[in-house]
Amino acid sequence: MSPLVTIALRFTVLSLVAVGGVSSVLPEIHRVVVDVHHWMTDVQFTQMFAIAQAAPGPNMLIVALVGWHVAGLPGALVATAAICAPSCTLSYFVARVWERFRGTPWRGAVEAGLAPITVGLVLATGWLVARGAQDTSWGAAGITAAVVVLVTLTRVNPIWLFAAAGILGLLGLV
Amino acid sequence: MTSPLAGAPPAPTPRELYRGFFLAGARGFGGTMPWARRMLVEERRWLTAQEFTDLFGLCNFLPGPNVVNLSIVVGARYHGPRGSLAAFAGLLTLPLAVVLTLAALYGRFGEVAGVDALLRGVGAAAAGLVLATGLKMAVPLARRPRALAFLVVTVAAIAWLRWPLVPVLLTLAPLSVLAAWVRRP
Repeated sequence: MSPLVTIALRFTVLSLVAVGGVSSVLPEIHRVVVDVHHWMTDVQFTQMFAIAQAAPGPNMLIVALVGWHVAGLPGALVATAAICAPSCTLSYFVARVWERFRGTPWRGAVEAGLAPITVGLVLATGWLVARGAQDTSWGAAGITAAVVVLVTLTRVNPIWLFAAAGILGLLGLV
Repeated sequence: MTSPLAGAPPAPTPRELYRGFFLAGARGFGGTMPWARRMLVEERRWLTAQEFTDLFGLCNFLPGPNVVNLSIVVGARYHGPRGSLAAFAGLLTLPLAVVLTLAALYGRFGEVAGVDALLRGVGAAAAGLVLATGLKMAVPLARRPRALAFLVVTVAAIAWLRWPLVPVLLTLAPLSVLAAWVRRP
């Protein structure tokens, strides 16, 4: 089977089991591309992860990098389409149904019940990312704390804070 | 956070959906969700803070990348499949181009060490932005003890105990919904 077809099939299936986002299927993607097919090494996989994190946009773009590495531009496009199409189609139809039940008591209960868990997941993600960034330094902890305070209490555009944090990093202060 | 403007703005056209999500994707360093919320709730005001939390909650429980799902759901709300496609394309155009350019530049992914120092700074700021967004989303829940309890348990299970996501969701979500149903007004 050509790598392109393999990617399409594997990622289509992963799309529908990626509850909580692509990060929850990253171990499985790693297993497939490194251990099963030997398309890349462990180190290459980690570097792709770093590039996907560094670039703007959803972190799921690591699948585009994997596709690129395996089959060039067609690989990147096929991988992205395969990881998105099934879950997007499902989301579309669920959203339609959801819209129809606006104002019903059970939808209200589902929303009220899911809200604290959704917010809890956002905070937990922030905490885990902060821990990852702070393995090494107090400088990083200071930046994280400063951004939390400034974004919560002021209307400053976070993009400037990112630029300042990047400069502090380049100066070796992080 | 309440909108300072009275009345909802007019429904966005597909072109505006594309532009809005393009902006969210283009600025989305270290995760797109905080930028999507900023764009939808604080800048364009297409959604209220409450609507955002509800829709993002729904997207969290659907499989697939949750911000991508959000673009589909928000787009569908205004223009059906056309709206979904516009928002989805807007979200991914620039990030996909950037990531592939980076991949081409780094060729075989040899050396990425040069940008390490820069990324450490930006990474720390990105973590702060996610935490701040979570805190903003938590404000409306702060005076509801039941919601606050489920929020704290979720954070503890995922961030402190490092339990896997899926079983945590499958346990906490039904309990929380049941509690909300029993205590419904």
